[in-house]
Amino acid sequence: MIMNAGGKSEGYWISTGKEIIRRPRAAVSLAVILFYLAVAAWVYTGWRVPDWETENFEMAYRPPSRAHPFGTDIYGRDVLAKTVYGTRVAVSVALTASVLAVTIGLGLGLIAGYFGGWVDELITWLYSTIQSIPYIILILAFAFVLQDRRFSLFGLEFRIRGINSVYLALGLTGWVGLCRLIRGETIKHRDREYVVAARALGASGFRIVARQILPNVFHLAVITFSLGFISYIHAEVILSFLGLGAKNVPSWGVMIDDAKLELFRGVWWQLAAATAAIFFISLCLHVFGDAVRDALDPQQRGEGG
Amino acid sequence: MLAYFIRRIAYLIPILVGISLITFFLFRVVGADPVDRVAGRYATEEQKAELRRQLGFDRPLWPRPGRLLAGDFPGFARNQLFSHLYSTFTFRFGRSEQYRRTISEMIRTGAGPSLSLTVPAFIIGLFLQITIAMLCAFKQGRLFDRTVVVLSVFGISVPYLALIIFGQAYLAGRWGLFPIYGYPEKFGFPVVVYLALPVLLGVAAGLGSGVRFYRTVILDETRADYVRTARAKGVGEGRVMFGHVLKNALIPIVTQVVVVIPFLFLGSLLLERFFAIPGLGFMLVDAVASSDWPVINALTFVSSVIYLGALLLTDLLYALVDPRVTLK
Repeated sequence: MIMNAGGKSEGYWISTGKEIIRRPRAAVSLAVILFYLAVAAWVYTGWRVPDWETENFEMAYRPPSRAHPFGTDIYGRDVLAKTVYGTRVAVSVALTASVLAVTIGLGLGLIAGYFGGWVDELITWLYSTIQSIPYIILILAFAFVLQDRRFSLFGLEFRIRGINSVYLALGLTGWVGLCRLIRGETIKHRDREYVVAARALGASGFRIVARQILPNVFHLAVITFSLGFISYIHAEVILSFLGLGAKNVPSWGVMIDDAKLELFRGVWWQLAAATAAIFFISLCLHVFGDAVRDALDPQQRGEGG
Repeated sequence: MLAYFIRRIAYLIPILVGISLITFFLFRVVGADPVDRVAGRYATEEQKAELRRQLGFDRPLWPRPGRLLAGDFPGFARNQLFSHLYSTFTFRFGRSEQYRRTISEMIRTGAGPSLSLTVPAFIIGLFLQITIAMLCAFKQGRLFDRTVVVLSVFGISVPYLALIIFGQAYLAGRWGLFPIYGYPEKFGFPVVVYLALPVLLGVAAGLGSGVRFYRTVILDETRADYVRTARAKGVGEGRVMFGHVLKNALIPIVTQVVVVIPFLFLGSLLLERFFAIPGLGFMLVDAVASSDWPVINALTFVSSVIYLGALLLTDLLYALVDPRVTLK
């Protein structure tokens, strides 16, 4: 009765979550991030999504008004609808690339760190090599090569189209930093007593990695995820400018790129709308990411809220 | 020292081989067949085959071990992988598909304009970042510090491209404070006029993240024991900051700075493109726009070599300067 009065004690992640929510700035940021995700999901379902496609040349470049709160673009399309629709590209790029990068980084880092030997040598060589190529050139080369490509490798046919090349370019290049971190941490944990105990009990290598070590290094993946999310949203803008990004659907990158000619004519609203959309989500992700890092840092835990 | 130097260089070999394998994989295995594009729409099949033969793309991709076993060494060596590695390591990147100029020549002429943009932006930016970070550490937790922290997060959140477009259209275009774009044929004083705005935008873009980084570095240093000792001895705040904290914070600062230096050669993709500065960044964007893969291939390898060279140099300098680094 005394031992287990309140049922199970609070799990680590639940208490961490509460720790984060308790900070007002972090809570507001989280709300804004969830709002963006909800908008992206809404656009994805396609249910009563604002119409961005109807062209009306008589209405070209109209400044913000009651009918068009963010004005209209060169084809007379509603900029607010384009901004809302652009959330889908931004969120799907950032989410897919982050998931891909975190999965590869976490997987390879754990394998290299735990198993060591030639596997470790190989993985270390791979990430040292990728790390030696300046990041911007690396993404650019990947995105350039992967755009609308059909190729066969070792007898398998691959086909990559449209925005998928951006997902792949960002995901396949973004895992390196995390992999290095996870490998280092895994090596530290490998010979700790709880791992040795699990091994003595006869747990297999993969079980130890998945059940014992993964929970202890997972916070690094969470932090990388939130920081990566921001940089992928910004990367999408640059790739769009280079003509390697989204085509035929509105994206914030394409909107900013369009503005390079509009602005000289005083048409500022399209740039302002896309910039604001990126600004708020990246600000909130920064604030939230900092809060997550503070809350997950064991040295800071318990020191007030 | 010599043994250390040699070992350090030997360590670079697998990395360089790895980079050339990545470029081979990207541009020769996954990338599209460039012959269709080079030959043009009206080329006959024979012309294409001839071009393919000239460029060496008719060879098999991978070496065939069967030939080696059969004692046919030239047949084994005739493949695209080996010729790619050979041309990469001898820096023979061939000609740009678009301009028919050799790529080495293009890189040589592009490095100057790139450096003329990035070096001033880097030095001015670094000076401002460290000064503001020092002031923040000096007034830690006060209004100034808190304002700067908030503003720097705001700065990071603005998309770089939007900043450049805004700067060019308003500061140069509508308000006429700077020339809209251009770069003089001959290097001389007018360069300053054309570079002023791109440098300003480059500095502005890097300010937020720089201040955030250096503020953390300097604040970490102010928590060290020697700072408390110095204060206890009655050393003035100014001397503690400049004489003690800054001196020790220089180690992480220098490390950070050296890592950035090789990227200065690359220039800035976006700034060079918008302000028509004929540097390497411009060349890269242009190559992407016109699908000029040999240029992208060459810049990937050359920039990695420059980066690795700078890292090597840093390690050697540390080994020379820091007595704690042992040379075995």
